[in-house]
Amino acid sequence: MSTMTLGLARARYETKGYFRSPDTVFFTFLFPIVMLGIFTAAFSSLGDIRPGPTSADHVSVGAYYLPGMLAAGVLLSGVQNLAVDIAGEKSDGTLKRLGGTPLSPVSYFVGKLCRVFATGILQAALLLGVARFVFGVALPTEWSAWGTFAWVFVLGTVASALLGIALSALPRSSRSATAVVVPIVLVLQFISGVYLQFSVLPAWMQNLASAFPLKWLAQGMRAAFLPDGFKALEQHGGWELGWVALWLVAWLIVGLVVSRLTFRWIRRDA
Amino acid sequence: MMAQHGDLAVRVRGLRKEYGGVAAVDGIDLDVARGETFVLLGPNGAGKSTTVEILEGYRSRSAGEVDVLGVDPAHARLEWKARLGIVLQSSGEAGVYTVREQLAHFASFYPRSRDVDEVIAAVGLEEKATTRIAKLSGGQQRRVDVALAIIGRPELLFLDEPTTGFDPEARRDFWALIEGLKAEGTTILLTTHYLEEAARLADRGGVINHGRLIAVGHINELGGAEARVPIVRWKDDDGARHERRTARPAEVVTQLVQQLGGEPAELEVIRPSLEDVYLNLVGASNASAAPEAEEEFA
Repeated sequence: MSTMTLGLARARYETKGYFRSPDTVFFTFLFPIVMLGIFTAAFSSLGDIRPGPTSADHVSVGAYYLPGMLAAGVLLSGVQNLAVDIAGEKSDGTLKRLGGTPLSPVSYFVGKLCRVFATGILQAALLLGVARFVFGVALPTEWSAWGTFAWVFVLGTVASALLGIALSALPRSSRSATAVVVPIVLVLQFISGVYLQFSVLPAWMQNLASAFPLKWLAQGMRAAFLPDGFKALEQHGGWELGWVALWLVAWLIVGLVVSRLTFRWIRRDA
Repeated sequence: MMAQHGDLAVRVRGLRKEYGGVAAVDGIDLDVARGETFVLLGPNGAGKSTTVEILEGYRSRSAGEVDVLGVDPAHARLEWKARLGIVLQSSGEAGVYTVREQLAHFASFYPRSRDVDEVIAAVGLEEKATTRIAKLSGGQQRRVDVALAIIGRPELLFLDEPTTGFDPEARRDFWALIEGLKAEGTTILLTTHYLEEAARLADRGGVINHGRLIAVGHINELGGAEARVPIVRWKDDDGARHERRTARPAEVVTQLVQQLGGEPAELEVIRPSLEDVYLNLVGASNASAAPEAEEEFA
């Protein structure tokens, strides 16, 4: 079989395995949906959110949190899931076994990437469905908004997946993988406007978050899903989609280079 | 090189592997003919696993020549890996897939893979084919390992301590499986701590200690003829033990009966087993080596 066909075979195999592992299904797949539910329920009594007291634009709490949760889902499916997963495969002997077969590392990564896409798309669809039908969030009707969502999602997913692969080189065991990766992802979610409204964060925290991809991912998602008036709340008063693309591409390249340099089937000479 | 060594599946000359200046493998020469089953014996930390992992392409070497199926494993490509089957020392991963799913998936990696159901039958897991691997017993999981290693129809099969933790019955079933592969012409490189297993399966063997091959030969001749001379043991009328090593034990017993004028007390004729020979070899090698602290490199 060709490298690509094998990659797709890996994708099916990987996706099946993903949904058979209850802990990944909960902490990666369902987590953003659960969080959307919690935040919407917790803050809905505060009423609609407006970008300013005089603004005509307003959205429900659920609608306000939706873009952040979509961004968090992309980060979890890519960075958290792949980093923990590959570190686990390294320590339990899966990679060593695969390294003894004629499977190409390219097929292996195509499989991982396709799995991240498959689970990420399902997760986003489920989030949008829950937001629309459970919390009554009005979804955008213009094609341009969905176009923005599509490119932010694709770029964010590829960057997250590559960063996850890169990060998997760090932990020494599957147990320490969770301890290394989860705090990074969690802190990013707090400072990047997923759980906390980005506009109320102090400037230094906003600047710190701007060095990492999640802030830009969440900003891109807000651009797609929030009314245009909300751009007044962004750090520089605009959606800055050019910067969103640039930062995501930069992190994608970082992920690619580090993955390429650090990935080994086994720790040679360990 | 291929023309010259075409009948060899494995050819190793002067293999060395150092970790931080300490030699785990210290100059090993080894030939394994095609179709042969070769067993590497030796204590833990002697360098067996390091040697095998260099041959499998998992580890780099510090010095020496290595040729496995005509290829240097240090520069191996995927086509070369397709000709190998590897049963690693430990396993237990991929528990969320069923036996058949896992085998069918691995079969897709290889150009000339075996039929999945045939392989499942060969390892005796027909009734567990649709069971998730995590739910199998340790012995059954080990059979999955073997099944995964042979699914690609390997020319050369590496078995690294394949039956550790097996009950006696499972071990006998496993031996029958390996004998079937031998009959098909598969070359097998085995490491084991079970000397009975080595004697049963291997054509030739080598003993590694302190990173050196201290004996190599036909499995029934390992250690030389001297190590295998039978021993006749008996007690005399005073209860004192006597022992005589002889190539002609029947003659000795006959003489004894004549001398003693009857049945010698507690008469035994012992042929040293592979285990006796092995323990003598390793013991002698340890006695001659400097008493350095051993490190586990496995």
